[in-house]
Amino acid sequence: MSHQMNDELLDMYRQMVTIRMVELRLSRLFADGEVPGFIHLSLGQEAVAAGAGSVLRSDDTVASTHRGHGHALSKGIAIDDFFAELMAREEGICRGRGGSMHVANLSLGMLGANAIVGASIPIALGSALAHQLRKTDSVAVAFFGDGAMAEGVFHESLNLAALWQLPLLFLCENNGWAEFSPTHKQFIAPLDKLAAAFDIPHAKADGNDVMAVQSAVAKCVDGIRAGGGPQVLECMTHRWRGHYEGDPQKYRPSEELEGLEDHDPIPRFEAALVEKGIEANVLESIRADVDAAIEAAVEKARAGNSPEWERARNDVYTQVGAV
Amino acid sequence: MMFTPRLELFDMAELRYAHAINRALAECMEEDSTVFVFGEDVADAGGPFGVTRGLASRFGEDRIRDTPISEATMANAAVGAALTGLRPVLEIMFMDFMTLTMDAVVNQAAKARYMFGGQTSVPMVVRTPHGGGINAGPQHSQCLEAWFAHIPGLKVLCPSNPADAYGLLKSAITDPDPVIFVENKALYAMKGEVPEEAASIEIGKALQVRKGEDLSIVTYGATVHTVKRAAEILADSGIEADVLDLRSIQPWDESAVLASLRKTHRLLIVHEAVEAFGVGAEIAARMGDIGFDELDAPISRLGAPFVPVPFAPSLEQQYQPGADDIVAAARNLCA
Repeated sequence: MSHQMNDELLDMYRQMVTIRMVELRLSRLFADGEVPGFIHLSLGQEAVAAGAGSVLRSDDTVASTHRGHGHALSKGIAIDDFFAELMAREEGICRGRGGSMHVANLSLGMLGANAIVGASIPIALGSALAHQLRKTDSVAVAFFGDGAMAEGVFHESLNLAALWQLPLLFLCENNGWAEFSPTHKQFIAPLDKLAAAFDIPHAKADGNDVMAVQSAVAKCVDGIRAGGGPQVLECMTHRWRGHYEGDPQKYRPSEELEGLEDHDPIPRFEAALVEKGIEANVLESIRADVDAAIEAAVEKARAGNSPEWERARNDVYTQVGAV
Repeated sequence: MMFTPRLELFDMAELRYAHAINRALAECMEEDSTVFVFGEDVADAGGPFGVTRGLASRFGEDRIRDTPISEATMANAAVGAALTGLRPVLEIMFMDFMTLTMDAVVNQAAKARYMFGGQTSVPMVVRTPHGGGINAGPQHSQCLEAWFAHIPGLKVLCPSNPADAYGLLKSAITDPDPVIFVENKALYAMKGEVPEEAASIEIGKALQVRKGEDLSIVTYGATVHTVKRAAEILADSGIEADVLDLRSIQPWDESAVLASLRKTHRLLIVHEAVEAFGVGAEIAARMGDIGFDELDAPISRLGAPFVPVPFAPSLEQQYQPGADDIVAAARNLCA
């Protein structure tokens, strides 16, 4: 096992624990009233974002969902910018105008989390069209949940992506729940059959196994980059928390909720890393680093400024020639 | 890069409204390789009204791209492409079909700049024709521009003649923000001069199309021509109307309207769109506020009744505000 390979795995581990610890911290900040509005946590699903993020290049683009913290962080959004945004500060990545559901960093190819279910898909499709027209080998990734399969734009986008052979990865995080309802009560067609109807290759990965996600995404992205057209990747995972933070999930069977930790992607990856000869204290020190960085980001956000109304109200349109 | 017009396609002195749009598209594509045009039947078929005719053979079907009948996805794709550095120009065949694009236009395009903290802009244009008069029925005739003018982040243009169609479209395509470019089916065949200086028209500037001292009539789009006819009838009976073509609905030229009101002290706003909750309501309310001291009579509006656009020619004729209706409203205001 080379050092480089170990470093890559440890980077992915750092990413995964960053997403986990950021969201646990957000949960506490939300409970304490320091994060206003709605947040939708992806606890339990970190392997998908971290695995995909480890494969993508900075010139690749992603469009994300309302449950998009992991996607934003794994595309490289700095946690200082991230916490400042969710804590409604001028220093936030979106100057406190977007919040959790609109975290974006265009310079990193992160086209935004999105509060409209399914909207990430046609937006990523347009980004893929831009890559194709500019004749680059960049890839666009549409993250979406299984609930978005019922949105019309998803079906239109499958058709268009196949018709135009766009460099687009449809990356479904299938956690079995569409907001407050089990997806099997809402949607009849399995994703593999939908993809097949449009002649798009479909693969399924264990979304709780970050290495499985990484290798599945890498395979898809390599094929797409080589000009092979769109692909669908379905990562099977679990949503630990409610649709939104604070949702008591009374609609969810208790036996399902009790078994969720068994699917935790983090101990699973830790065990794999230890098996590869990485010492447990290395992992512990990564966690300590991440924890310290998060606390620093939270403190920095607390010390930040409230967004300026005058600046915000005058920024609806581009002021041509303005600095 | 200089654009050399192909003379077999365009007469430089006079262009039809549709050809003026075509010329603007062609020049923008010549000048900027990030501009591309897509929509239903725009390539091979040249568009249902022939507006994009000839562009596919000139620029290739990558940049003049036929799409399936998937308006919602195409409009969102325009947002995604704009966020990735292109300048998409999307054609939506009838403004009635804009209903299918509302998430993309209202939630995505209009808000991306603002909600991402000014990191980006969304330089996209949606071209779409509104308006009745061709018996196209309730779902092919509506004027929905007020919906879009109501959304912070969007610009809404509505040219009434070939020169404006050309100049405003060039401005729309080079504008960094999303623009809803409202054409009119009844105007596509209209011929008009497109002078060289029409190359670019500043967005947000009204055009005075007739001078008068007795009342101001503010309008836009195809209704400009109906108002001009009405103004001639009024002139015969000694009422001289000052007529403003707004050209841009969002932003609209508040100072030009106020300047005209200061001169005439009477204001009539006319449009083909439904009167209730319309563009005229906004202008009337604003002028009632900032222009109150200038008014010698209540501000008057004339638009379509609160009724869907009917199909039967006899019904549609009743539905659309005609020159006689405008004359009557103006006389009432000047009585």
